[in-house]
Amino acid sequence: MPELVKAENLVKHFPVAAGRVHAVDDVSFSIMEGETLGLVGESGCGKSTTGRLLVRLIEATSGRILYRGRDIASMNGRELRQARRQVQIIFQDPFSSLDPRKCIGETIGKPLEIFGVGSGREREGMVDVLMEKVGLSPRLYYKYPHELDGGRRQRVGIARALSLSPDFIVCDEPVSSLDVSIQAQILNLLQELQEREKLTYLFVSHDLSVVKHISNRIAVMYLGKIVESASSPDLFHDTLHPYSQALLAAVPIPKLNRRRERIILEGGVPSPIAPPPGCRFHTRCPQRMDICASEEPRLVDAGGGHLVACHRVFGA
Amino acid sequence: MNGPLLEVSDLSVVYRTYEGTVAAVNGLGFSLHRGRTLGLVGESGAGKTTTALSIMGLVPSPPGVVESGRIIFDGQDLLRLPEREMKRIRGNRISMIFQDPMTSLNPVLTVGLQISEALAAHQDLSEAEAERRAAEMLERVQIPAARYREYPHEFSGGMRQRVVIAMALACNPSLIIADEPTTALDVTIQAQVLELMKSLKEEFATSMIMITHDLGVVGEVCDNVAVMYAGRIVETGSLEQVFSDALHPYTRGLFRCIPDIEEELSVIRPIEGLMPEPLDLPSGCAFHPRCPRCMEICRTRVPEAIERDGHGVMCHLFSEGGGGDHA
Repeated sequence: MPELVKAENLVKHFPVAAGRVHAVDDVSFSIMEGETLGLVGESGCGKSTTGRLLVRLIEATSGRILYRGRDIASMNGRELRQARRQVQIIFQDPFSSLDPRKCIGETIGKPLEIFGVGSGREREGMVDVLMEKVGLSPRLYYKYPHELDGGRRQRVGIARALSLSPDFIVCDEPVSSLDVSIQAQILNLLQELQEREKLTYLFVSHDLSVVKHISNRIAVMYLGKIVESASSPDLFHDTLHPYSQALLAAVPIPKLNRRRERIILEGGVPSPIAPPPGCRFHTRCPQRMDICASEEPRLVDAGGGHLVACHRVFGA
Repeated sequence: MNGPLLEVSDLSVVYRTYEGTVAAVNGLGFSLHRGRTLGLVGESGAGKTTTALSIMGLVPSPPGVVESGRIIFDGQDLLRLPEREMKRIRGNRISMIFQDPMTSLNPVLTVGLQISEALAAHQDLSEAEAERRAAEMLERVQIPAARYREYPHEFSGGMRQRVVIAMALACNPSLIIADEPTTALDVTIQAQVLELMKSLKEEFATSMIMITHDLGVVGEVCDNVAVMYAGRIVETGSLEQVFSDALHPYTRGLFRCIPDIEEELSVIRPIEGLMPEPLDLPSGCAFHPRCPRCMEICRTRVPEAIERDGHGVMCHLFSEGGGGDHA
């Protein structure tokens, strides 16, 4: 599979009164065509910021984003416009990401209008097709977002993202605000669409069960860094980083009599304004060593493309 | 004392709105035994929070109206108590933990003061004594008493929720109602808070109602489970009964919706259709439009609750002559 998207040493700092928030700090990864890369972590780890950087909703402080091998920062206006058609995003909250004063047909057709695809009449037909694709009855064309439930609103967001036939979609917590029975419908829809439309996803979520379900590969983030990345089965069966281990152990699972290791982490996530020196996880790590407080571990291949940034793993 | 601590029967609550009457809770009944934790599970609009607010006597009115029912707490019907007496129970013998600690704490008062306020309101304590006890409560929820004079915004989300837990436990209540207490928290923090709640519940010998949409959380902390759909409890039983032998098609559907983190390849089978419109609940069994095993009778008649060995289900499949089996 060829590489579709590549992030190289991405950095995003937000200036605030007290200094700089290190939201994303030297993050690199690549996404192959047709696969889903899951980006998982807790609030403030930089996963959503990473997603937004990839679609250039916000500009990186430094680093490069390559799309089909081309640096999107170096593209001129016309090239960037073309790239924008191929790269779309679905947001978490389908209420705040839809215009409350536009009927949903208009919202779904807006990207077509902006890119001047077809006549007004033709676009309406295309919107009907898009609506059916995502399981919305075209009868709902003139409904407004507030008239729909969360699940159907999210389908509108998906239809809009599909309107320009993109190759790559950033899904930013697309099911987090939905009830479980509806969440399952949307997850299945995203998977069906991926197959039918040959889509590549970056799937950002805090929910490990969901990420595992939908992703081929997973990257775990903590305080702006990727601490581990591997194929989905490897990450779950051979979890290497102490943070990933704790994260997995913390997921409550709806089953009886589960005998499992309980790893309760101490304290909370340190401030991203002044992240700890050395390994950023060392302040909470149950397996920390002396070196962890002073030297930052690099993300290194532990075999078979399973990357991990931890001194303990390499016996340093 | 023997007998259940809390017994709710035939509870119906409606909200009268301009658009019509929303039937939030419809003839609900359950009981909670001393020292136990009951998980009240369901999706949004199932009536979980309204049930909790009814027990607390906090259903917003208007538009809410408790139309019928009895809520017997320690021998007293809470629905028949005058507000003056309810005030003595609320926050003292029954307390509540809400989902979002930022909105349930007062941002302009120190956390210590908020805990001591709860104590002073219900117990005959000197100011110094209330303060001493409040500081002790902070330590109990693993917050250094030195942070007594700090404000809510100075704490992280998980710590704020621990402050709320300290407030809820301050008067040593017999019953705690926790409404999605960890939903706003990250998983590693959720694990910390759940662990703390479990151990404090033991220590204080409190009973608990845990309201959640997350079956994982139920599995983690509850002894008994009640599954709600459209204002009714459709299935109830011990954790074992409901988790290993779910009967109601809705309960079974819920379990199938959740990706299995322990399976190599998880298949999820969503429940078809949408949540029912609360202004216009379906006739008969409210789940029938989404039910894969819907029969003719389900469209017209509300099923009776049937119980065997403490495992209750409200579904025509299991009533006399129904096609109920465990397949």
